[in-house]
Amino acid sequence: MHGRPRKASNPEEEAASAAKAVKLRSLQSQFMKNHHDKIYTEEAIELSMKLLEINPEAYTAWNYRKLAVEDSLSRIESDPNLVNSILDEELRVVESALRQNFKSYGAWHHRKWVLSKGHSSIENELKLLDKFQRLDSRNFHAWNYRRFVVELTNRSEQDELHYTDDMINNNFSNYSAWHNRSVLLSSLLAQNADGFMPNERIPDEYDLVHSAIFTDPDDQSGWFYHLWLLDQTLNVETPLLTSSWPSHGSTINLSGAGCLNGSSSKFTTFCSESGSFPLILYFDQAVGGVSSSTVTIDSELKGNEDLVWEPISYKNSQVSCVWVTHLKYVSSDPCEYKVKIRVGNSPGIVSSRGHNFRAPYEFVFTAHVHDTVKDSQEGIVSWTDGFDIWDAKSMDLNSLITLDQLQAEIDFKWRQEAIDSEVECFGILSDSKIGNLTLARLLMAREAMLSDDAVKGVRYEEILQLYNDLMALDSSHYQYYKDEHSVAFLHKVTSSSESLSRHLFRYRGMNNLVCLRLNNLSLSRIASVEKLLFVQMLDLSHNELRSTEGLEAMQLLSCLNLSHNKIRSFSALDSLRHVKQLKVLDVSDNHIGKHSVDTTRYLCSSPLSNSEWSQDDVGRQNPGLVTKYWDAYFVLRDLKLKQLDIAGNEISGNEFSSFVLQVVPKLVWLDGQKLGN
Amino acid sequence: MFFYMQILDIDGLQNEDGSFSGDIWGKVDTRFSYIVICCLSILKCLDKINVKKAVDYIVSCKNLDGGFGCTPGAESHAGQIFCCVGALAITGNLHHVDKDLLGWWLCERQDYESGGLNGRSEKLPDVCYSLWVLSSLIMIDRVHWIEKAKLVKFILDCQDMDNGGISDRPNYAVDIFHTYFGVAGLSLLEYPGAKTIDPAYALPVHVTNRILFTK
Repeated sequence: MHGRPRKASNPEEEAASAAKAVKLRSLQSQFMKNHHDKIYTEEAIELSMKLLEINPEAYTAWNYRKLAVEDSLSRIESDPNLVNSILDEELRVVESALRQNFKSYGAWHHRKWVLSKGHSSIENELKLLDKFQRLDSRNFHAWNYRRFVVELTNRSEQDELHYTDDMINNNFSNYSAWHNRSVLLSSLLAQNADGFMPNERIPDEYDLVHSAIFTDPDDQSGWFYHLWLLDQTLNVETPLLTSSWPSHGSTINLSGAGCLNGSSSKFTTFCSESGSFPLILYFDQAVGGVSSSTVTIDSELKGNEDLVWEPISYKNSQVSCVWVTHLKYVSSDPCEYKVKIRVGNSPGIVSSRGHNFRAPYEFVFTAHVHDTVKDSQEGIVSWTDGFDIWDAKSMDLNSLITLDQLQAEIDFKWRQEAIDSEVECFGILSDSKIGNLTLARLLMAREAMLSDDAVKGVRYEEILQLYNDLMALDSSHYQYYKDEHSVAFLHKVTSSSESLSRHLFRYRGMNNLVCLRLNNLSLSRIASVEKLLFVQMLDLSHNELRSTEGLEAMQLLSCLNLSHNKIRSFSALDSLRHVKQLKVLDVSDNHIGKHSVDTTRYLCSSPLSNSEWSQDDVGRQNPGLVTKYWDAYFVLRDLKLKQLDIAGNEISGNEFSSFVLQVVPKLVWLDGQKLGN
Repeated sequence: MFFYMQILDIDGLQNEDGSFSGDIWGKVDTRFSYIVICCLSILKCLDKINVKKAVDYIVSCKNLDGGFGCTPGAESHAGQIFCCVGALAITGNLHHVDKDLLGWWLCERQDYESGGLNGRSEKLPDVCYSLWVLSSLIMIDRVHWIEKAKLVKFILDCQDMDNGGISDRPNYAVDIFHTYFGVAGLSLLEYPGAKTIDPAYALPVHVTNRILFTK
């Protein structure tokens, strides 16, 4: 019940209402009797019409009429006139019901049913639709019905596009028309239909939407359409390889469990107990089909035929931006090996939107395998002591940030021009919240398309200022702007090797392992991970992070500090289940257990989202605790942590600690205490 | 209950394209997809349907603004979004949702003046969207993008302080549905005293946990 004013009813009104109800109930019970007894006389059918005129929502009455029609049709010979008159009557009943309530699901569906029998002309239907759309241009029943009629009668997309032209020109505030327009245009652009080339069409659409936006800036329709146009401008259909680890032209140093003294100051050193190192491919959009036939590896490293590639994504997904395989090496066989990777060796890598990875792309790196010297002492990792400034001059900066991007074949010109033109347009709107947000989005888009390093990074200050202004201007979306600010900030930090190097330190406690320190930066969101695939030690403490969404790509990560953030549950750490190297995790002083509502409950693979799970001993012996701490159970049991800090959370305590020790039996340090065997 | 389920012939109502019809007359709507998936999940017999096809159909109803409609090509609507996001959540398929794009569309439902949420742009705020929009935002972890305190105030403003109950908007007639949606919304906003509910099922968390964690 919507839209009925609240008022106390007087006795007369109540009596009238009661009388109406009696009448309706009597009509309904008569109708139900006819329906149950399958009575389809003229009188009975007339009764159902009376019911529907009072209450078009009487769903069963519509179904009864369908049965009655089928019964009538089965009796008459296929005399077209008789058939027409029966179906015409149904259309009339629908129209009169719609006049009562033009949003009646039952009425519209009944009309579709009649039309599916091949009845009524397209002109009649379009006329009817015109009537209703004039009454309410946002009536989605009418729009859905229109799409149904269009499909049934094969009306062209171009004609329907002209209809949206009319609707929009009549009234800019017509989200339904803009929506329909975007659906039709998408289809026409995808077909490369005549007159629908993106480089010509999209700029025209920008002009059209400007009329809407500048006529009524408070109306949302134009702004959402503009956002879609920006997506069309920015997004290149063909999937591209954004980055990889190891990166092209780099040399990585590999050793066994014990790391070489001193050499870890090179961020390219990787130590592994398992004798394998990850090969990470990061695409600009989710793709499927990465396998040992579509990605070939040419190297003298033995034992690497028929590698298995995994998408780093949710359990049910076969597509991802990030794909990983593991290459074996033997540390007792020290040598330098050249490794050549050919991505797209054969067709098969396809984006989730259905576009193929085009030309094969090759990159080469060198794997320098070292002898394992000795088992190093694995002491506790401290996040406060033992850090030295990383000497930027000692390493070749360029190899830190790789900007591998196949741009040659992409037509960037019209895209850059469109964005430049939009930036100019919106540069003048200073007090409009949505205008400023659109400008910030445009500037971010422009940065993303720049390939010239010298120019990149320059406009980030402007973007950050816009988001700061927006946080003050529009407090109801404060957290949204905060998140966008964090994304822009991280883009800025990773825009050049120089800015990134300011956040790099060496950690003496792990043989001078390079640590990326992004603490105390008010970060509420993680971004730019494609530029940070080399990171093995990461300090994100004292920020405002709510989840580790994005970190799953950091396949080399072994130490992570998330203390003093805003993490509310272990389910928010689900992405870490993909980070198999993770040994040290600090989630102390967060909000775990503080809130009753878990906002990452369904973003964590578990029985709640109908994921298969295998019972283990912990599950069998402690079903109550597994249900109580389900997210900690599922996340921690997938990790092989040596060191964990959980103090300072609402969930902390003896019960939780002892549960953790059962789930992670190989844990060595808990909350700074060494565990006995 | 399980015995009677077999008579219902659920998979007979699943169409070739993965969609579900409400009954033999064939009306298709993503609301039905949600109802089937939600019920079968609670009854622990999701295997009675082709889940992959059901998910594919829901994904085909995804729009360019990140939202979902009742059928492919239909305009995004908060109620349909709840159904689609809920069904994807229950079946572990939220990776199909563009959380940032949809999150922005959803958080723009909040009315600056009243704090209430509407179901589509340029429509009036309504308490029932406190459930549809709010649950959807929670399921995709973007609820921090709305101003929660203002929404609490809107729901409380919709109470009939004399006779009890909650209405669709302030000073309108109360009804049982909006009372339910209002209370559920308050629970999702962590209003003191409200039992915690699961955003996908709108059932208490201790109930869904008990059902789904029992092997």
